[in-house]
Amino acid sequence: MKNFDNLFIAWMVVWAVFFVYEVSVARRLSRLREEVERLRRQLSEH
Amino acid sequence: MKLRILIAVALGALIMFAGYAALFIAPDEATMHAIQRIFYFHLPSWIACFTAFTVVFVANIGWLATRREKYDALAVSAAEVGIMSCTIGLITGPLWAHPVWGIWWTWDARLTTTFILWLLYISYLLLRGLLDEPARRATLSAVFGIFAFLDVPLVYMSNRLWRTQHPQPVILGGKNSGLNPIMAKVLLVCVIAVLAVMVLVLIDRYRLELLRREADGLRLEIESRSAIPAGDSGD
Repeated sequence: MKNFDNLFIAWMVVWAVFFVYEVSVARRLSRLREEVERLRRQLSEH
Repeated sequence: MKLRILIAVALGALIMFAGYAALFIAPDEATMHAIQRIFYFHLPSWIACFTAFTVVFVANIGWLATRREKYDALAVSAAEVGIMSCTIGLITGPLWAHPVWGIWWTWDARLTTTFILWLLYISYLLLRGLLDEPARRATLSAVFGIFAFLDVPLVYMSNRLWRTQHPQPVILGGKNSGLNPIMAKVLLVCVIAVLAVMVLVLIDRYRLELLRREADGLRLEIESRSAIPAGDSGD
């Protein structure tokens, strides 16, 4: 298939961008959940 | 958690099927041949981008009308997701253009208004970063967001209003436009796949924003309690 490289890169770009962004959001979400939990505990000790 | 895994598996299958349909089921286009298949990723990324920026616009109006924080959180989340989709469109476009036009980029009306759209929403996020006070930040960025949205219809109409290097619309483009029925079905599958992923990412980003605000609120409360000297009850 002619120009298959460009075609494959385009397909990869679409899903790689979404995937990397979703992984970054999920990691930040998990860190922040722990942080909120810690802050809640800290607040209840006050 | 089980539901999330199920959704992830279903989405993965949909993405794989969309890719297979775009590369192998859709018929070859008569003049551009195989490279035209980028269309099945390029157009859905723009549909996702415009959808996200419309959410920003509606949320901006929601904030200005009600001052409810959830609208501001939704606006910033959708802006980030919209920029991501816009970036995908700006990368896949030149990958398609180069073999067909012989150039990666040209400053015609469609491409220029699109690049301005990307810059406007990057500025929207930068503006938010410059303002510390939450209500002021939400109000100023909402006004800016409404202004930025004016470029969305301009991008959509640009190849109808001006002669552009970018092709004329094949969908809703008037008498001589239209898609082969198989191409239309493959496009629909790809649009559903990209929009489904976009919605999933947007939901997670929105959750993150709400949680960040909760953490900020908790930190402020802890600080204010620590500031009250022990034994001073205020009586």
